[in-house]
Amino acid sequence: MEDFLIKLPLLLDSMIRLSVPLLFAALAGLFSERSGIFDISLEGKMLGAAFAAAAAAAVMDSALAGLLAGILVSVALALVHGFASISQRGNQIVSGVAINFVALGLTVLLGQAWFSQGGRTPQLSPDGRFGELTLPFATQLADVPFLGVLYEGIISGHNILVYVAFLMVPLSWWVLFRTRFGLRLRAVGENPAAVDTAGVSVVWLRYRAVIVCGVLCGFAGAYLSIAQASGFTKDMTAGRGFIALAALIFAKWKPVPVMMACLLFGLLQAIPIQYPQISLPGIGIVPGQVMQALPYVLTVVLLAGFIGKATPPKAGGVPYVKER
Amino acid sequence: MKNDLPRWVDMGLIPLLNVTAAFLVSGLVVLFIGENPIQAVQEMVFGALGYGEGFGFTLYYTTNFIFTGLAVAVAFHAGLFNIGGEGQAYIAGLGVALVCLSLGETFPWWLTFPVAIIGAGLFGAAWALIPAWLQATRGSHIVITTIMFNFIAASLMVYLLVNVLKVPGSMEPATARFADGGTLPFLRDIIPAFGYSPANISIFWALGCCVFVYILIWRTRLGYEMRTFGFSQSAAVYAGISPTKIIVVTMLISGALAGMMALNEVMGQAQKLQDNFVAGYGFVGIAVALMGRSHPVGIVLAALLFGILYQGGAELAFAMPAISRDMIVVIQGLVILFAGALEHMFRPSLIKLFTRSEPVLAPAE
Repeated sequence: MEDFLIKLPLLLDSMIRLSVPLLFAALAGLFSERSGIFDISLEGKMLGAAFAAAAAAAVMDSALAGLLAGILVSVALALVHGFASISQRGNQIVSGVAINFVALGLTVLLGQAWFSQGGRTPQLSPDGRFGELTLPFATQLADVPFLGVLYEGIISGHNILVYVAFLMVPLSWWVLFRTRFGLRLRAVGENPAAVDTAGVSVVWLRYRAVIVCGVLCGFAGAYLSIAQASGFTKDMTAGRGFIALAALIFAKWKPVPVMMACLLFGLLQAIPIQYPQISLPGIGIVPGQVMQALPYVLTVVLLAGFIGKATPPKAGGVPYVKER
Repeated sequence: MKNDLPRWVDMGLIPLLNVTAAFLVSGLVVLFIGENPIQAVQEMVFGALGYGEGFGFTLYYTTNFIFTGLAVAVAFHAGLFNIGGEGQAYIAGLGVALVCLSLGETFPWWLTFPVAIIGAGLFGAAWALIPAWLQATRGSHIVITTIMFNFIAASLMVYLLVNVLKVPGSMEPATARFADGGTLPFLRDIIPAFGYSPANISIFWALGCCVFVYILIWRTRLGYEMRTFGFSQSAAVYAGISPTKIIVVTMLISGALAGMMALNEVMGQAQKLQDNFVAGYGFVGIAVALMGRSHPVGIVLAALLFGILYQGGAELAFAMPAISRDMIVVIQGLVILFAGALEHMFRPSLIKLFTRSEPVLAPAE
């Protein structure tokens, strides 16, 4: 029990670090899916961005250049998905699967061809990464009971992208629910014909939603390779795009619940790292695989409608045909 | 989209153009890396078809892709997207391993094999049952649930291999090697030219499954109902076809077919159950089904092509170190993109091309 209390700040700290890529990616999916474009290629876009960010940061020795390169590649992949699903009216799931594979293969192929380190990118210098920031007064306040630990140990000491991620939550809420663009974006995901009748271009709206999705996935990927780690490794997203998708469904496509779901799934990832041996009374030691599988199990249970009902945007996955 | 194209264009030329586009873009990737794409193709074709052992490896990969391609195709016919072949095959490996471990010591392979087929089918189908049932009765999107089930399968299997099935004292998360009665004969036992390749007799079972799928889809009442349901759900319901039955039965068949892949990998090649033996072959099934247009003949050809790519790609990585094996994954992604998501891209220009040569009918007066 004492051990538990000592490690608690560490647990919450790693929960935040682990939830950030999920949060960026889930918010990315929020914009795309709210506009009626299903996106299972969050994983591929993150992976592409992670590679581009690490490669650019290594060559130019600048974290900012890395971030921009990551966003650029992720947006390019998002536009491929947009072209297939919006302009060509192709199957959005198939297109998503395709992008995941292209990203998975191309990142390692190019990494090997350019850097010859088995698909890795070179180790980054401190300039090539987003370093950790100490918030004002954090060291002075460290000794204050409770609040000091909360501020110094958990809130302070992250890199800039962590704070950007959490600022994206109110920003996304504001854009989606308080701007004209957001209203139209949500409408086009529910009833595109009505939006079209009002004289607003369905195609251009959906393209913009897909581009926003690409930008946010770019942040997610860059966070993985040039903030959390210092370089790209093969398949470094390791299914996070799908956990983000699960979080998005779990949060019923709403921004603030998305943050909560990402924090929860981040916590589930953090627990086995901080407490490798947890034992519950009556059950014994809980295997780490249970924690790994829990986000997926919870999402399936939610989708089954046993705890609340997750209703996706009505026009999601359906290409819009004007003539009808 | 109006269908006024000749049948051979629709069924032959368009798929060919799509796949060609995918390979052209792959060639550009090779050029971008700074290697010669034509030389790369030559290396791949020789590595996959040019000598006995290479061809054996090609057939071994082809076996996997026929099973997973059929699994995706059967679901496609009913309008369902089973993206969970990966997890279904993984769990089916458990079924195969349990049969081989318990019967392999006492019975010859030809008695173990039919039981292992049942084991693979049952376990694979069981893993597809819950997503199918949730789709049918609760409306949960089957794509999402089958993705989730892939991850759940991975966690479950790692737990079982590390904590339950692992050989005591060994570090490798794998079961003990099966006794001889729990393994399949290699093709090299019959034709020595196949060298050390792991191709085994499960390829004949794969071809048998193709015949089964053809009969099921085009020659049975159930197959007709599945296709009707895939074509128009409301029409199917109007005709008295039960959506719940079709969704569940289709997914059980699809899961069982995906599970058959474990016969080739677990009972044939490795002769033990290993961590992550599915290695993405379940996903290749999507590309194979799209390229083969969900028809068994097309699937065999597409599976052979992907078998050539997998084996040729491995050889290519030796011959041209700048091109790693991951090139295959890129090609696979591009095939899915061009043959799947962008399948109608060339259609408008083809319609223009083919209708221009015919006399334009005068408008009725």
